[in-house]
Amino acid sequence: MPNVIEMKGITKIFPGVVANDNINFHLKKGEIHALLGENGAGKTTLMKILYGLYTQTSGDIFVNEQKVWIDSPNKAIELGIGMVHQHFMLVQPFTVAENIVLGAEPTKELGILHQKEIIRQVEEISEQYGLMVDPHARIQDISVGMQQRVEILKALYRGADILILDEPTAVLTPQEVRELTSIMEKLTAEGKSIIFITHKLKEVKAISDRVTVIRRGKVIGTVNTNDVDVRELARMMVGREVILEVEKQEATPEEVIFSAENLHALNDRGLPALDGATFDVKVGEILGIAGVDGNGQTELTEVLTGLRSLASGKVCFKGEDVSRLTTRKRIERGMAHIPEDRQKRGLILDYPLSLNMILGHHYQKPFSRGINLNYSKIRENARGLIEEFDVRTPNEEVEAKNLSGGNQQKVIIAREFSRDPDLLIAAQPTRGVDVGAIEFIHKRIVEQRDAGKAVLLISLELDEILSLSDRIAVIYEGKIVGIVDAKDATEEELGLMMAGAGIQQGR
Amino acid sequence: MDRVLNSKLVKTITPWMSNLIVPILAVLFALIIGGIFMIMVDANPLEAYTVLFKSSFGSTKNFFETLVNATPLIFTGLSVAFAFKCGLFNIGGEGQFIAGYIAAAWLGAFFHMPWYFHIPFVLLGVIVAGAIWGGVPGLLKAKLGVHEVISTIMFNYTALHLVNYLIRTVLVDPGYASTPLIDKSARLLRFYQIDFLNLRQIARGSRLDLTFLIALLVAFIIYWILWKTNIGYEIRAVGHNPSAAEYGGINVARNTFLAMAISGALSALAGASQVIGLQGKAYQLFGFIGHGFTGIAVALLGKNHPVGVILAAILFGTLQRGANSMQSVAGVPKEVIFIIQAIIIFFVASDYVIRKIYRQIKLKKEEVE
Repeated sequence: MPNVIEMKGITKIFPGVVANDNINFHLKKGEIHALLGENGAGKTTLMKILYGLYTQTSGDIFVNEQKVWIDSPNKAIELGIGMVHQHFMLVQPFTVAENIVLGAEPTKELGILHQKEIIRQVEEISEQYGLMVDPHARIQDISVGMQQRVEILKALYRGADILILDEPTAVLTPQEVRELTSIMEKLTAEGKSIIFITHKLKEVKAISDRVTVIRRGKVIGTVNTNDVDVRELARMMVGREVILEVEKQEATPEEVIFSAENLHALNDRGLPALDGATFDVKVGEILGIAGVDGNGQTELTEVLTGLRSLASGKVCFKGEDVSRLTTRKRIERGMAHIPEDRQKRGLILDYPLSLNMILGHHYQKPFSRGINLNYSKIRENARGLIEEFDVRTPNEEVEAKNLSGGNQQKVIIAREFSRDPDLLIAAQPTRGVDVGAIEFIHKRIVEQRDAGKAVLLISLELDEILSLSDRIAVIYEGKIVGIVDAKDATEEELGLMMAGAGIQQGR
Repeated sequence: MDRVLNSKLVKTITPWMSNLIVPILAVLFALIIGGIFMIMVDANPLEAYTVLFKSSFGSTKNFFETLVNATPLIFTGLSVAFAFKCGLFNIGGEGQFIAGYIAAAWLGAFFHMPWYFHIPFVLLGVIVAGAIWGGVPGLLKAKLGVHEVISTIMFNYTALHLVNYLIRTVLVDPGYASTPLIDKSARLLRFYQIDFLNLRQIARGSRLDLTFLIALLVAFIIYWILWKTNIGYEIRAVGHNPSAAEYGGINVARNTFLAMAISGALSALAGASQVIGLQGKAYQLFGFIGHGFTGIAVALLGKNHPVGVILAAILFGTLQRGANSMQSVAGVPKEVIFIIQAIIIFFVASDYVIRKIYRQIKLKKEEVE
């Protein structure tokens, strides 16, 4: 098979950072090629160069063996390259058909839209590739999986032969992932070529023909997917051996320590986000909350920690109704919280690590005597935690903003664990951190459980939920639609519930 | 060259040097540009700056007089800086100044007691008045989300007209456009009245009084609150990142109110310093005196740090004092000084802009990774 794309010696330098360092990348006609790397490895940068959003500092790009200079997305589209971004770029109130043709609309005289022709063209293209959509439906009314199809159709409508999919599975349920896989296979059968950006090893194995691994801006290697196993891929991606499976013993749950009853709450726009969520957490277990993004997870976390007020319902902790307590009181009662957005919630980026590591306990002994801060105790505390949690930093007086994402997350985890909480609420504890740090964080969470504490894990990563939880609750449109034992849970079943097909099961 | 730049010495010096370098350059540039303006009006900039320097630092008396000008600016500068540390832009310094001004005049003239009660009594009353005048906008912000810039401007005008009404009616000294003179027991001593270290001799002819020392003491207290107590920890946390502060169990509304109340009290002390120190009474106001607004520039130039505020206040005091003598001695129009002040503010403010742009580029770069 000929190479449809060749990127030779691509280097991209941003002020002070080499994002891509002499990268060679080849895409064969009709293949699905995964681009694998950790966050910040430079894979998206490389694809943005190919799509004309950035221009390379040096190196050459060949499309169909012709040397080209791609300086804008228009140029890329002209060359038959289409990109589906991680965050969709669709006009919500427009119909599917209108979104697909947007920017290249068939018109009658005087620029009037040729509605019939639009529908006809969209139906034709969706049939051709077996990507069924309802052309009349409005984007705001269709599922995320459907929206992704619209994005793919949009690229195909513009004549794309080469598709770049940026982390396409991040927002999908397992069933939707499977559908996407078959769509991708159909497209390659039609002669399209696909580049698929991801950091999930399992998907690389399941979907791609070949894989190129990027680490710190450099290509580590390109291999046939069938020739490597997941462990080998992980090693290439991280640069060392990683333990992918979480080692844990059977849970020994005891009494219920925390319960949420019939929670109702509004989101920031004043719309219902929680609609009667009910569950409880026992001492010595990890309860995972699975669900597709945007089903009330953020609001749930905030309601439980006192950051958002309840419209109705009750939160009980250690036999006490804490629904009306402030965040500070809940922390004092023994709740800890790893927030889903570490930079917005979890850290004061302009504060040094030492001051970040006392946030929430700053007014208590030994960090304060009366109103006076005790800096020597504060520093001592920070030095201890940096050591224990292996935070990579020159010293404890470095400002939090100067740390990498994974190390910032470790700072938060160190702080929250240092309080020896009875309940840990961990929201997306491994979002955007590298495989090595994930391993570490997972280990600590299991240790917490084994020390006889309760853990509530809220995550969008189904793998994480499955490997850590003892019981799994699925949240859909603000309701818990089912709670299952993790031993018996299958991806199938959870995926169906995540899509709303819930049957309230016994606990 | 690289070796020098990478040396340990340079690396340790740069962090705090970089804080100093911009204000110093701003002042230098402003003086140069001010000089160009002087040449344009056929004045000799060298002569003018010599006069400026001599009138402010030429003798102890002159230096003390400069400090007289600096004293209220230290208070208002601290006021703006303190609110800013909580992420609030208090431009109600004028109104809070006036609140303290009238409170001092009223409590000083209409209540009678021995000095060791009277002075603390007046100061306490002034602090309460300023805390109310700054705290109410703080409360409005905390509870209703009313932006403090809007509400404090409104409070400025309210204070101005309300106080003029009071001075014309209930607090009037019949026959004067002012309140009666406050009791001697409420008045702070001038330096030349103090038998200590030959001050009678050194401070002769200067109006500098003990309010200046109070200003220094207050600057120290503000430093201590902001960086050495958990009150300051919370206020600065709210200023840097209210969401994270809230997450850490910090009551954002309470701290917003507290920061505005303290900020208001600081500006009120500036007003009081004019009454219990300099003037002995409150005059009817024909408009804003301007100390509150200058406080914004002082805080900006002083990088919102108490030490910086003191230095910046002295600089602005120098310029204010020099303006008059430059006009009379060197024939330079007073307005040139305003131009210099404006240019200083412009350069310091553009430093913020430059840093912000720089930070955004850096952020973009990080996003890319």
